[in-house]
Amino acid sequence: MSKGYLKEQFIKYLLFFCALSSVLFLAGIIWVLFREGLPVFSHVSLLEFISGRDWYPYWHPPDFGILPLISASLVVTTGAMVIAVPIGLFSAIFIAFILPLKLKKIVKPITELLASIPSVIFGLFGMQILAPVLRDLFNLPSGFNALNAMIMLGIMALPTIISLSEDALTAVPEPYREASLALGSTRWEAISKVIIPAALSGIATAVILGLGRAIGETMVVLMVAGGAAVMPTDIFRAVKPMTATIAAEMGETSVGSPHYHSLFGIGIVLFFITLLFNIIADYFTQKFQSMVGGES
Amino acid sequence: MKIRSLRQIIMFSIFGLALLLTLGTLFLILFFIFQRGLGVISWEFLTAAPRDGMTAGGIFPALVGSVYLVLGAILFSAPLGVLAAVFLTEYARQSTFIRLIRIGVNNLAGVPSVVFGLFGLAVFVKYLNFGVSILSGSLTLGIVILPTLIRASEEALLAVPASYRSSSLALGATRWQTIKKVVIPAAFPGILTSCILGVGRVAGETAPILFTATTFFTRRLPGSIFDEVMALPYQIYALVSGGTSPEHHIPIAFGTAVVLLFLVLLINLGAILLRLYYRKS
Repeated sequence: MSKGYLKEQFIKYLLFFCALSSVLFLAGIIWVLFREGLPVFSHVSLLEFISGRDWYPYWHPPDFGILPLISASLVVTTGAMVIAVPIGLFSAIFIAFILPLKLKKIVKPITELLASIPSVIFGLFGMQILAPVLRDLFNLPSGFNALNAMIMLGIMALPTIISLSEDALTAVPEPYREASLALGSTRWEAISKVIIPAALSGIATAVILGLGRAIGETMVVLMVAGGAAVMPTDIFRAVKPMTATIAAEMGETSVGSPHYHSLFGIGIVLFFITLLFNIIADYFTQKFQSMVGGES
Repeated sequence: MKIRSLRQIIMFSIFGLALLLTLGTLFLILFFIFQRGLGVISWEFLTAAPRDGMTAGGIFPALVGSVYLVLGAILFSAPLGVLAAVFLTEYARQSTFIRLIRIGVNNLAGVPSVVFGLFGLAVFVKYLNFGVSILSGSLTLGIVILPTLIRASEEALLAVPASYRSSSLALGATRWQTIKKVVIPAAFPGILTSCILGVGRVAGETAPILFTATTFFTRRLPGSIFDEVMALPYQIYALVSGGTSPEHHIPIAFGTAVVLLFLVLLINLGAILLRLYYRKS
C-alpha cells in the first residue's frame, strides 16, 4: 500500500517537473538574453542603443543604434498586416458562413495545410520570383526591399489569420445569428451587425497573434528585405529588420565581442515586443471567452 | 428590400474573391516552386553527395541531416510535452501555480524562432560545449515545438470522456494506472497526430538551427551527434543568398525546396487524414 502510494507520489512530481519545464525554458531564455545582452551597455547607453540611428557594428569605434532595425521590423510587419488582415478576415467570413458545408470540409484542411509551408519557401519565392517582378514593375535598381518583405510576410500570415478568425467567428453562439435572422435581417446584416461585433475580441486575438508571429519571422525578411540598416523612409528601400540582423550577423561575429552582445541586446528588445503582443492577445482571449461564454 | 439583398450579394462576392485570392496566391507560389524545381530532381539528386562546391551532385547529406535533427527534436520534446500535458489535464487543479505554467507555455509559443537560436547558441553550443552539432540543433528545435506539443496533447487528453476515468477509478485502479492504461491509450491517436504535426513544423524551421547545427558544405555524413550537419531548409537559404555561382546554385535550391515542401506537406497531410479518420471512428 505505502509502496504504491510512494510510486504514485513520485510519478506526480515527475509529471509536475515536466509541466514546469516550459516555465524553466522561458526563464532560461530571459536569463540568457540578459546575461549575453547586457554587456553591450558598457559600450552604449540604453537610450543610445534604442534611439540611435546608426547601426555600424563593424566600424572603429562601432555604432550600436538599433532604431533603424526596430523601425524596419515595425514598418514591414504593419505592411504585412495591412495586406493580410482584410483579406484573411474576409476569407474567414466566407468559410465560416457562406461556403456550403461540403466545400468547407475541404477548404479548412487545405488552409491548415498551407499554414505549414516553411518560411524559407516564401523567402525563396520572394527572392527569385517576386523580386524581379517588383524591380521591373516599379523601375527599381533592385526588388529586395520593404515592399517585397511586406507582401511575402502578408501572404505567409494569411492561413494563420484565416484559421484563428474563423474559429472566433464560429465560436459565437448560434442563437445570436438565428435571433437576428428571425427579426428579419438578411444573412449579411446578421453577420455584420451581430456576429462580427460579438466576435471582435476573438478577431483581435487573431490579428495580434498574427502580428507577434510576423514581427518574429526571420527567414522571409532575411532573404527579401534587402538588408540595409537604414531608416525605412519609403517602401521601395532596402531595410534590415531586427530578426534579419541577428540571423545575418551572428555568423560573422566572434563570441564575447561588443557586436555579439549587441545582437543579444536586439534579442532582448525583440523578446519584449513579442511578449507585449502575447499579453495583449491574452487579454482579448479572456474578454472573448467571457463574452461568448464557454470555451473557445 | 432589394437594396439590402443587393448589398448582401456584393459583400458575399467580395468575401468569395478574398478567399479565391488567398488560395490562388498560395497555390501559385507552390506552382512556381514545383515548376522551377521538379526538373532538377532525379535519383542521383536525392541519393548523392554534393560535388564541386555545391554546384553539382545531390542533396543526400542535407536530407539525412534534416532527418537526424527532426528525430532528435521529437525524441527530446515528445515525452516531455506529453507528460506535461498529462500533468496539466489529470493532476492540476486551478491554482496560481498552474496559471504560471500556462502563462509559461503560452509565452514560450510566442518567442520568435531566432531568439530560440540565440538561446541554443549561448546554452548548448557554448555553455554546455556541445558545439555546432546535431545535439545542439535538436535540443533547440525541441524547445521550439514544446508548447505546440503540450497544447495539442492536452486537447487530445481532454477529449477523453470523464466516465472512462471514473469507471477505472471505481474498479480500484490508482490514478497513475488509470492514466497509463485508460486515458493515454484513448488519447493516443490525438497525441500521435500532434507529434506528427510537430515533425512537420520542425522539418521546415531554419532560424533556430542557423547558429546551432548547420554547415553549408560537407561531403560526408554525420558520424556522431556532435557533428555539424547540412539541413534542407538551411541549404535552400545558403544556396540562394551565399552562392558564388548562381547559375548552378539556384536550380539546386529550387530542387531542395521541392523535396522539403513534398516532405512537409506529406507529413501534415498524413496528420490531418489521421485526425479525420479517428474522428469518424
